[in-house]
Amino acid sequence: MSVNTQQQGSPVVEVRNLVTYYGTRKILDDISMNVCEGEIMVIMGGSGSGKSTLLRYMLGLHRPDEGEVRLFGRDISRLGGREWQEVRRRIGVAFQGGALFNSMTVGENVRLPLREHTRLDENTMRIMSRMKLEVVNLSGFEHLMPAQLSGGMVKRAALARALVMDPEILFFDEPSAGLDPVVAADLDKLILRIRDATRVAIVVVTHELESAFEIADRITVLDRGRILMIGTVDEVRNSDNARVRNLLSRTSEDIEVDAEDYLQRLTEGAD
Amino acid sequence: MAAGVERHNGPQRLIEGVGRRFVAGVEEFGYGGTLLVESLFWLLLGRWFRQPVRLPAVAEEMMSIGVRAIPVLVILAFANGAMMAMQGIYTLRDFGAESHVVPGIAMSVVREFGVLIAGIVVAGRSGSAIAARIGTMQMAQEVDALRVMGISPVRYLVAPVLAAMLLMMPALTVLANCLAIVGGGVFSVMELHIGWVTYFDRVLAVLSSDDIAQGMIKSLVFGVLITLVATANGFSASGGAEGLGRATTRSVVLCISAIVVADMIFTFFLSR
Repeated sequence: MSVNTQQQGSPVVEVRNLVTYYGTRKILDDISMNVCEGEIMVIMGGSGSGKSTLLRYMLGLHRPDEGEVRLFGRDISRLGGREWQEVRRRIGVAFQGGALFNSMTVGENVRLPLREHTRLDENTMRIMSRMKLEVVNLSGFEHLMPAQLSGGMVKRAALARALVMDPEILFFDEPSAGLDPVVAADLDKLILRIRDATRVAIVVVTHELESAFEIADRITVLDRGRILMIGTVDEVRNSDNARVRNLLSRTSEDIEVDAEDYLQRLTEGAD
Repeated sequence: MAAGVERHNGPQRLIEGVGRRFVAGVEEFGYGGTLLVESLFWLLLGRWFRQPVRLPAVAEEMMSIGVRAIPVLVILAFANGAMMAMQGIYTLRDFGAESHVVPGIAMSVVREFGVLIAGIVVAGRSGSAIAARIGTMQMAQEVDALRVMGISPVRYLVAPVLAAMLLMMPALTVLANCLAIVGGGVFSVMELHIGWVTYFDRVLAVLSSDDIAQGMIKSLVFGVLITLVATANGFSASGGAEGLGRATTRSVVLCISAIVVADMIFTFFLSR
């Protein structure tokens, strides 16, 4: 269990009043949160809560409709090409499915950011990529193709690629999704070890409660596009918010039944 | 009853649908344009920004777009040339003008059919392959991974294809021209009782550098069109395996349509 390290440093990720739409449907509604240096922030919520969307906005893959996202204190929707490039070199992302490039070996995948952003010679890049593969316990697998790896190994290889530029913020989308509990628990330990070794800020998006409680310094609980609460593991565990309790006890929300509404929905559009 | 007051009736819905499609079409056109501009930017200035388009990637694309298309191109071009000779000789014989078939073959192959065959072969092979590859990467979040790594997907995925197309399409067109003329020659030599030397003399006598240039210019335009249509369809693929299939099919159909329509427009202006 990690210690409570709330608000230990200056914030590296700041989200301010973020509102986003998909078509006309509101996906995220007035989201504000920070992630501080060296902190593990878990963004937790059920499916459809908007947690993956929030991650995509933090990565600058979409432009906010309202509000702003700041990385290292800079509003990312106002960055020019080169400044963006600088910021992107300081973040690492491990995607849910790994997103390894299938036409390259594991080693080439891990070396890709080095090859594109640095002028290191081939040998140095090889050594650096092996070091990162060593960190995620994949040494000796660098010549395999991604298709030859198991699910857990793909996630660890993706993590190695995310870490190869020594980022200051690491984003990890659903580390335990699709893995058996033992492998998932190993991955949690790996995340903690990486934080302790490098003091990198880590943002993890997950729907797994156990995993969240294991690794988090603070947890942001999302529900239907809104933040229910932000707090430490204990604060979330002891929350008396009904919706948070529902999420923790894994019971689904009571569906409100309103007779008028129900009839209206059924007969809508009928002659 | 009151129901239906709010709803659009038939014609209105039709107009609305046409409008939506038109807007989507314009949007796609614009997207293709930005892909082209961005690719050219990376090809020309990438090195200056220390983000060059990698030559091995271009070479790989040249292999798959150009070199591996040669066998099927050889067969199609040869067969097409022979067909033109057959049709020409039989139809012109009625007028006793079958000797004019050789200049006819030479002109139409070099100005029109060589480049069209090359375009259709490349559209069929690479138009689908490129859309499928980029579509798969898009769905596996690999395109997002490139973006967050600070690697422009256009530089990494589109620019090498564009460069390879611009280099290989003219080359394939020259090859198709030669083979179609040889194909036409086989039948003409047998049927008209002329020698190969006479045949080639007549072919070369009618061809001007303008005719050859016309084919070359078209081949470059076709290469650009195939690149943009295939990559744009790949990037906009969504919806799992079914969506990928749809994007791939759409890519091939649009590539071939774009080529044929562009060919018509070009011929209209260039043959004046």
